[in-house]
Amino acid sequence: MALTIAWITVILILITSTGLLVVRDWRWSIILLAVQYLGMFVLTLQHWPLGMASVKLVAGWMSAAILGMTRSGFSSENSEETSIWPGGRLFRLFAAGIVLLIVSTVTPAVDTIMADAGFAVTGGSLLLIGMGLLQLGITSYILRVVIGLMTVLSGFEIIYSAVEGSILVAALLAVINLGLALVGAYLLVAENSQQEAETE
Amino acid sequence: MNAPFIWIVFPIGIGVLLLLINNQRALSVLGGLIALLLALTAQFLPIELAMNIGSYSIKIDSSFTILGRTLLIKPEEGPLLALIYGAVALWFFGAEAAKSATRLIPIGFMITALMVASIAVEPFLYAALFIEMAILLAIPMLTTILEPPSKGVTRFLIYQTLAMPFILLAGWLLGGVEASPGDLALAGQSASILGLGFAFLLAIFPLYNWIPMLSEEVSPYILGFLLWILPTITIIFGAGFLDRYSWLRSSPQLIIALRLAGLLMLVTGGLSAAFQRHLARIMSYGAIAETGFSILALSLDTRLGIPILFLLIPARAMGLAVWSLAMTIIKGEVETMRFGAVRGVLRIVPFAGTGMIIAALSTGAFPLLAGFPARLALWESLGRESLVSAFWMAIGVVGLLTSTFRSLAVISMAEEFTTWEPRESLTQRIMLGLGVIGLFVLGLFPQTIQYFLSNLPLMFEHLGR
Repeated sequence: MALTIAWITVILILITSTGLLVVRDWRWSIILLAVQYLGMFVLTLQHWPLGMASVKLVAGWMSAAILGMTRSGFSSENSEETSIWPGGRLFRLFAAGIVLLIVSTVTPAVDTIMADAGFAVTGGSLLLIGMGLLQLGITSYILRVVIGLMTVLSGFEIIYSAVEGSILVAALLAVINLGLALVGAYLLVAENSQQEAETE
Repeated sequence: MNAPFIWIVFPIGIGVLLLLINNQRALSVLGGLIALLLALTAQFLPIELAMNIGSYSIKIDSSFTILGRTLLIKPEEGPLLALIYGAVALWFFGAEAAKSATRLIPIGFMITALMVASIAVEPFLYAALFIEMAILLAIPMLTTILEPPSKGVTRFLIYQTLAMPFILLAGWLLGGVEASPGDLALAGQSASILGLGFAFLLAIFPLYNWIPMLSEEVSPYILGFLLWILPTITIIFGAGFLDRYSWLRSSPQLIIALRLAGLLMLVTGGLSAAFQRHLARIMSYGAIAETGFSILALSLDTRLGIPILFLLIPARAMGLAVWSLAMTIIKGEVETMRFGAVRGVLRIVPFAGTGMIIAALSTGAFPLLAGFPARLALWESLGRESLVSAFWMAIGVVGLLTSTFRSLAVISMAEEFTTWEPRESLTQRIMLGLGVIGLFVLGLFPQTIQYFLSNLPLMFEHLGR
């Protein structure tokens, strides 16, 4: 049963991480990020107790909320995708497909190295890392960069939870996630400051 | 009372409190004095030893337990803390002259404390988490909320953040290698992941492109502080890996990799500096070459390399502080730092121009200056092990010196009969003057700093002995 849920979660993660690459509306990005943290929580539960895994979910949702609330303060005319190259959705889907292919190829080998964490856990983790790196590679827009970094860190946290159960590490990783969201919010405000001043 | 509280928790608290002060001078003096006090206590206050003051007995414990793990500052680490906080005091005292005190000092305290925590945390591989927190704190220091963040800031955030997962994973894998030393495949994988993590963290070639980008965009003084504290403590953290794992220490492949990485940093940094036409970018390539020197020192026999590594630290702190302060002053007087715009600028900022040239010469191993003794020892030791490596080191040094002489030619190339009109404030002149004197003192009398450096290798169990 747990295995089935884990595999369903991997599919959910595939949908959210691909969605994060493709969607342009920031609202959808934040929703997908929040759902992605839910998937991360389920995969972390495979190795961690409920209490500790919940820390990741709460920190992730708080981070998504911080980014969403900050972004909602700006006018929606911002051209979020001005500096992305190549910008086509088809290209991104194709790139996501390549990431999926690579992940499905390397998962068994990585799973062996990572103390047999489980194919679903390893696969889901690598998928997030790959999609996050792809996101970082094709954007310079700050919200997307931060979401890309959060996606990479989510993937890492899943696989690391299979080998490390320290409370201090869980707490510090939660702090880093929140810190990253706060830094993202700060940079978002900075990025939009001139535009907002001109609008006023 | 315990040591982690004094040198980690207390500075973080002080940093938060200093956020409330807006006066540049008050902040600079207060921050500098507190950092100096922390340095003096680290040097002279014994850890784990009872002291009798009148009828009271005080003992500073070395450890502090938090969430089941320990922050541990061993008595042997006192001189290192003194060196770190002493150098931080130097940066903070100069912050007023650079007009950067309000941005540098409060967050600078927090960053320093987190970097100290990264040395103190047990198990030591959790250090990557503290370093990442320091990186996140550095962002508000680098960019203001009133201007759009530059590309350099974004790259800095991405590259430094990507380092953390690699180092944490490598730490776990290295534990596995220790348990089964015969598994060569696992050893190779873990060493590669560790190398990748440090390549991101230390901005090893070609992952250092954010440094020249940032140098064009942000305050040179703040960037200089980050380019001093982050690589310095990261290298000590990296040396901790070598100290902990004997198979890593004795691996000839790792020595070759370290030497190649160091030489790549030094040669690319030196040659890039030689061909730059932008003063701030030259400083950034100088800092890259400095990291190259430190990595090269790690590649030597540890009995020679570790003392050289520690000897490089004060020279780097002093050199970068003077260089970045000079750059900040020059930046305030010109439109851009490109050669075309800074031509003849020596006539209006003679102290800053001199400071810049002296600091750059020190980085380029010019005799009688702070960087010379450590680089000479490094070159000599490297020459004994590999003449080819020593030759490439010379190429890097020549590149650095070429960039310095080009800069000197440009800033002194004024129109004929242009009068000297120094525009630096008294504080700026005093700070630059003291910094330049410091560079000469460290170069002419390197033994003066030995009092602080001689016991530093004792913080390692196996290195430097």
